[in-house]
Amino acid sequence: MSKPIVRVENIVKVFKKANVRALDGVSLEFGAGIVYGLLGPNGAGKTTLIRVLTTLLRADSGYAEVAGVDVAADPTSARTHIGLAGQYAAVDEYLTGRENVEMVGRLYNLPAKEATKRADEVLHNIGLAEAADRTVRTYSGGMRRRLDLAASLVGRPQVLFLDEPTTGIDPQSRLGLWDIIRDLVAGGTTVLLTTQYLDEADQLANRIAVIDNGRLIAQGTGDELKDQMGGSVIELHVGDEVRDQAIEALTGLSTEAAAFDQYRGSLRLPAPDGSQTLLNVVRRLDERSIAVQDIALHKPTLDDVFLTLTGRGAAEAEAEAEKVTTSKRRGPRGRSN
Amino acid sequence: MAITSEKVERARISPMHAAKDIAVITRRNLLRNIRLPQLLIFATVQPVMFLLLFNYVFGGAIGQAIPAIAQGKYINWLLPGLLIQVAAFGAGQTALGLTEDLSKGVIDRFRSLPMARSAVLAGRTLSDLIRNGFVITLMVVMGFVMGFRYQTSFIGFVAGLLVAMMFAFALSWIMASIGLAVKNPEAAQSATFLGVFPLVFASSVFVPTQTMPDWLRTFAEVQPITVTTNALRGLMLGQEALAEFGPGINPVQALADAPSVHGQVLMSLLWSIGILMIFVPLSVRVYRRTVG
Repeated sequence: MSKPIVRVENIVKVFKKANVRALDGVSLEFGAGIVYGLLGPNGAGKTTLIRVLTTLLRADSGYAEVAGVDVAADPTSARTHIGLAGQYAAVDEYLTGRENVEMVGRLYNLPAKEATKRADEVLHNIGLAEAADRTVRTYSGGMRRRLDLAASLVGRPQVLFLDEPTTGIDPQSRLGLWDIIRDLVAGGTTVLLTTQYLDEADQLANRIAVIDNGRLIAQGTGDELKDQMGGSVIELHVGDEVRDQAIEALTGLSTEAAAFDQYRGSLRLPAPDGSQTLLNVVRRLDERSIAVQDIALHKPTLDDVFLTLTGRGAAEAEAEAEKVTTSKRRGPRGRSN
Repeated sequence: MAITSEKVERARISPMHAAKDIAVITRRNLLRNIRLPQLLIFATVQPVMFLLLFNYVFGGAIGQAIPAIAQGKYINWLLPGLLIQVAAFGAGQTALGLTEDLSKGVIDRFRSLPMARSAVLAGRTLSDLIRNGFVITLMVVMGFVMGFRYQTSFIGFVAGLLVAMMFAFALSWIMASIGLAVKNPEAAQSATFLGVFPLVFASSVFVPTQTMPDWLRTFAEVQPITVTTNALRGLMLGQEALAEFGPGINPVQALADAPSVHGQVLMSLLWSIGILMIFVPLSVRVYRRTVG
């Protein structure tokens, strides 16, 4: 890898009032031209890390560098290289889309004419050319997020920080935003995005880091993470009386034997070949005339990632973060399937 | 690494650059004023309503109890005071505007941009100054329609307006600090209301302070709203406006004992400058901490 465009070394940030170690020694680095995905539940420290990197927050200790600039020592220079679209669309309701973007362009120190030209360009690229002269009050939630993104792009940032860019918007707008982000990267922008959705990180990010309790607990490509989790899982419900029969029937179809999950009352087995494994399972059960009440193929979710990596689900991790504790996470419990 | 090792920014923002940023933010805030009809309506209808209500409801009764220089017309006495009252209440808009920007993440965006740190606050107080100028102009026009006439000179009258604007600008900075400290719009509104309301009434804005009990009068006469109101009345109506009057009071002696117009103008300006010297740096500090 060439010189990293973002470099973070052992960053610690404690919110003293709440007694939370929001970042507990985070280190990461990546080179230009990729999408780096930061995956974790609410309260894991994603936003705090973004705020440190975008100069909104000072870390207690550690070092952070964006585009070769120490963000703590020279925030003004760092700001010329970055764009930020936060969790909420930080756009002005009473200005038009164009006025919003132009204003940010001016604040990136573009000359007035250049700001106008650049605003036209990004609004066009982001599909808001037609709505550009309407006040933002008339925009939908998805349009506001796109406008926010347009504003963060107007200064041609080297690194774009997107904090949960698709949280709270409808599925269609979400797909639209994904396309825009892909186009940006194709155009050479480096993106650091945070998300709570494994599929989003998987779809967009070349590299993913999983964050929990202010620590990175795994890093790799989407495939590497999924390999770690054993990929998809088949979950099926059969009558209690035929359960053992079913387990026996499924022997050899997967990497492991089917296991009974008491908590869910279902049988689970890994599906290394995805839907092909599912077909084989259905066929085998049919041959043996074992009645299936319900069967589904589950792709791994953030919850599975957390279960694998920490022994507890994402929702639990979130609840724990909300409880404002600084205790270290418990050892892995392992999974039942 | 200490969090307070703040001043190590290597890249500097030039004064020209900062001026441009302030202009951009000021323009944005003003556009907002124009596009958000409620803001403009409340900014204009409310003061005009005060002017009408106080003049026509209380004017008859109070008109007898004001210095002769007002020529028995309460509007002459009232308008300079109401300009200050409006400036005081209008300053609350500064707190409100900042808290709204804070809660909507707009200030986060600004802070992630390579712009002057001071521009958000300066742009806000400057746009509020311009808005205040607009409201003051409207009230003066309305006042003239209702019979207000300055008794000194046009220059004195304009000087009075400038003193009012200066005071309004200083108050904006107090409200900026309060807004940034309390952070949410509703709290900012109650905080400013609670602070401003007693000050406006315990002053010479509506009635002369001479009828107040001694303890209140002592307070009323030194507090900035009275001083500034007196400065305006002195500049617009003349020295006589500041003298005690009434049965049993010798007008010549009272005039000689009255605070001088120049003194009141000077005191008002000192108040404004003093407020700015404390609250500009304080706002900047609270701003850094609030969003940091």
